[in-house]
Amino acid sequence: MADIASTDASAAGLAIAETDDSTARLHRNLFIGIAVVLAIAPFVAYPVFVMKVLCFALFALAFNLLLGYGGLLSFGHAAYFGMASYVSAYTAKHWGLTPELAIVAGTGVAAILGLAFGSLAIRRQGIYFAMITLALAQMAFFFSLQTPRFTGGEDGIQAVPRGKLLGLVSLADDRTLYWLVAAIFLGGLLLIYRIIHSPFGQVCKAIRDNEPRAISLGYRANRYKLAVFVLSAGLAGLAGATKAIVFQLASLTDVHWSMSGEVVLMTLVGGLGTVFGPIVGALVIVSMQNFLATLGAWVTVVQGVIFVACVLLFREGILGLVAKWIRKPL
Amino acid sequence: MKLRTLLAATALGALMAAPALAQQLSVKIGVLNDRSGLYSDITGEGSVIAARLAVEDFKAAEKGLKVEIVSADHQNKPDVGSTIARQWYDQDGVDVIMDVPTSSVALAINQITREKNKIHINSGAASSDLTGKACSPNTVHWTYDTYALAQGTGGAMVKAGGDSWFFLTADYAFGHALERDTAAVVTKAGGKVLGAVRTPFPGTDFSSFLLQAQASKAKVVGLANAGGDTINSIKQAGEFGIVAGGQKLGGLLVFINDVHALGLQTAQGLVLTESFYWDLNDQTRAWSDRYAKLAGGKKPSMIQAGVYAGLLHYLKAVEATKGKDPAAVMAKMKEMPTDDPLFGKGSVRADGRKMHDMYLFEVKKPSESKGPWDYYKQVAMLKADEAFKPLSESECPLVKK
Amino acid sequence: MFELLGVPPQALFGQLLLGLINGSFYAILSLGLAVIFGLLNIINFTHGAQYMMGAFVAWMCLNYLGINYWAALLLAPIVVGASGVVIERFLLKRIAHVDHLYGLLLTFGLALIIQGLFRNQYGSSGLPYQIPAELRGGTNLGFMFLPTYRGWVVIASLIVCLATWFMIEKTKLGSYLRAATENPTLTQAFGINVPLLVTLTYGFGVALAAFAGVLAAPIYSVNPNMGADLIIVVFAVVVIGGMGSIMGAIVTGFSLGLVEGLTKVFYPEASATVIFIIMAIVLLVKPAGLFGRAA
Repeated sequence: MADIASTDASAAGLAIAETDDSTARLHRNLFIGIAVVLAIAPFVAYPVFVMKVLCFALFALAFNLLLGYGGLLSFGHAAYFGMASYVSAYTAKHWGLTPELAIVAGTGVAAILGLAFGSLAIRRQGIYFAMITLALAQMAFFFSLQTPRFTGGEDGIQAVPRGKLLGLVSLADDRTLYWLVAAIFLGGLLLIYRIIHSPFGQVCKAIRDNEPRAISLGYRANRYKLAVFVLSAGLAGLAGATKAIVFQLASLTDVHWSMSGEVVLMTLVGGLGTVFGPIVGALVIVSMQNFLATLGAWVTVVQGVIFVACVLLFREGILGLVAKWIRKPL
Repeated sequence: MKLRTLLAATALGALMAAPALAQQLSVKIGVLNDRSGLYSDITGEGSVIAARLAVEDFKAAEKGLKVEIVSADHQNKPDVGSTIARQWYDQDGVDVIMDVPTSSVALAINQITREKNKIHINSGAASSDLTGKACSPNTVHWTYDTYALAQGTGGAMVKAGGDSWFFLTADYAFGHALERDTAAVVTKAGGKVLGAVRTPFPGTDFSSFLLQAQASKAKVVGLANAGGDTINSIKQAGEFGIVAGGQKLGGLLVFINDVHALGLQTAQGLVLTESFYWDLNDQTRAWSDRYAKLAGGKKPSMIQAGVYAGLLHYLKAVEATKGKDPAAVMAKMKEMPTDDPLFGKGSVRADGRKMHDMYLFEVKKPSESKGPWDYYKQVAMLKADEAFKPLSESECPLVKK
Repeated sequence: MFELLGVPPQALFGQLLLGLINGSFYAILSLGLAVIFGLLNIINFTHGAQYMMGAFVAWMCLNYLGINYWAALLLAPIVVGASGVVIERFLLKRIAHVDHLYGLLLTFGLALIIQGLFRNQYGSSGLPYQIPAELRGGTNLGFMFLPTYRGWVVIASLIVCLATWFMIEKTKLGSYLRAATENPTLTQAFGINVPLLVTLTYGFGVALAAFAGVLAAPIYSVNPNMGADLIIVVFAVVVIGGMGSIMGAIVTGFSLGLVEGLTKVFYPEASATVIFIIMAIVLLVKPAGLFGRAA
């Protein structure tokens, strides 16, 4: 399974070094573009909606770090996303932590959970890896279901205070909160970009493409895999913790296995193994859910059709196609 | 542009024809419920149809009131529901959110509605917390709640001799609340609770729990669950000869659509509590016929009836206050007695609880039924103040004691 | 182990028997998954939806065509199996050359489509399906009341499981199948039509799911969501048994039913989780599953 991302990447002719000058320039321009869009977005679109997109985009980015660059398909990423959102909601509501501390707490717990689950899961590969992450995530789900004192059970943790940033700036206003979320998103994106293009990221890619060879070169593959797993879980947690503050709610939905499926879909639509793809994927899927909400069960059908179409027609995803077209990695 | 002028002209025409309101007023109603999942049959599109009927019966157009209805699917997820609600209130100018089944989503909407100072008229959710701990000056809870269900089914069954109980409880907040409320009623009425088993939610196989219920020798097996869980547990109880063995089933939350799904053969003899049944009287029959024509032959559930009645009452309050200021309209809704063809005369209490009678029904035998949807016979009627939690016991901070 | 004393042995027997009955559904479903995985290397996420389709076809047969349960037991697997053949020919075939995880994603999408369509058409509160007259009632076994239909479920599924096992392990067709699983290219070189075999295998695995669906229809309500959560549990069963192992799937299916039954007596809240805990443990100790060969 390690080749799920790499086959496509090479098929798309992207095996070329990813750090050449024109690519670097393109990426810098893209970052500037994203920053500009982020700055305009709350004035054009409904801020809560944009924040939702950003949270899910960050979640998908984190997931893609593991799948696209670690070559590991996790079918249980909802566990980190959901647990972090519970922790952040709980600490903000019951311990009165300021939002930034609550988010940090959520992220930390997700990373620790990632360390625990990851060290079990990375011993296996391919479909077994996917299944064991699913099983572990199911346990996290049942834990949430059965500890209503912590998670609020079916009701979730509601009416989470948005609080004051650093104890000073009230986040009650959507616009104010938006800048925080945008900053977190941009920070997460930059971090992921840095990870991917660092020597560490290069080794991860080497392991993804050919694990025995990487090991023969003296890399301790499992250490790298675990590290990338923990990073991915932590970042997924960052997304979940932020979402809890935005919606003032943490619920079972966030830990259910269908959430794990949704993040796979976002990544797949946007473009597996592209840096920016998951953002596009999250935008597409979240908007679709939003605008088709009146259609009831048809949303499920449309989502299914998109899944099938992606797998059959464009496995590279939207940005993968664009990348192929402009012959530069995105 | 032309269209707009035309519209303005029509509106002007309507204005002159309608002296009831001084200026053209428009309200936007959001029907937020489950349109694809477990509760889509008892709420879903049916609630939207019911809302349209309310607008029609109110003769909004003749009174110069423009009513627009939008709807969305909350998928029984609090996060999906609260996203939609925020967007409706912030962006789309929705004034009232109706229906909202699933207690977890309802509590979230209750909270947001209060924050944004709009109005929420709940018909679909069961949690009595909506008018208890979590009560809000902006929420009316219309159709039923866990307390009333427990009073109805629990109280009546003990009275009928079912004085020992065993609960099958869906293992989540709603199931626990229902079990707690019913157990209290049973004990208060002199009955005993022999035991309870928590079943994973949602579940498909209840046989092993039913076996435990059978072994307990309790006279009544109380089903503190809803939707598919209830359907499956009743079906399997029939299979394992629970009813044939002399034990009775107490369905604590059963809707007519569930009975329809079960079929009379399986559901017969089941005792349940509802606040509305299409075959209660001439008015309910007439309305339900109109509804059925629009809903592909299905009869309305009590939740859909509640959406109709709740919206009608809201529109009357808007008419009476000549505006849609939430505080004024809410005050009017609570001050003005309610009167509609489905629930009859009633009132809205200070804590937001809509007061009306509840009915205890027994599901007919196949031989007694004249055809599809002829399912219930009335066993007893509970007066509103017996059915709902008295204000003196209320945990609602809005109620001054 | 305090609670052991609290449970009389009769009740324990009763629960074990019930566990066995649930286990029969796990066994048939995981058998279908295992057969498909063996040859196609695909985790068929659509399996739950196809199980649901089986129940629905039985319901449609009865309500639209007046075809009774017994005929539906044969007809539904054929109809749903045929739809599986179509899916394999037109969709799965196209992605046979890429990573098998795409198969998982494709079938996941298909499951969403099928469930959504049925939900649009039939709502989600479930449709009634009566137990056939011949199998109503039950026997009092002394320690419990055993409904005849449940007894029939165990027998029917045992027969189907063993017949499948026999066909794969002991017949010529089965040997082709095993050969194609081992080395498709070589098998093809011997003049065996492997693509056809693959198609038929998928159809057969799907038919098994539909058969389980018909068996389930009278017990559980016929409901578009009936397979959605079950499938995750069945995945776990297959993984525990060892992917692709026929006997493993059957034995694990039945025995996990028993384990689940026991959990329901001692700690009912955990009955939904216990299989996943076992799965995690098994994967750590024996990565290829209890009956699987090491990958």
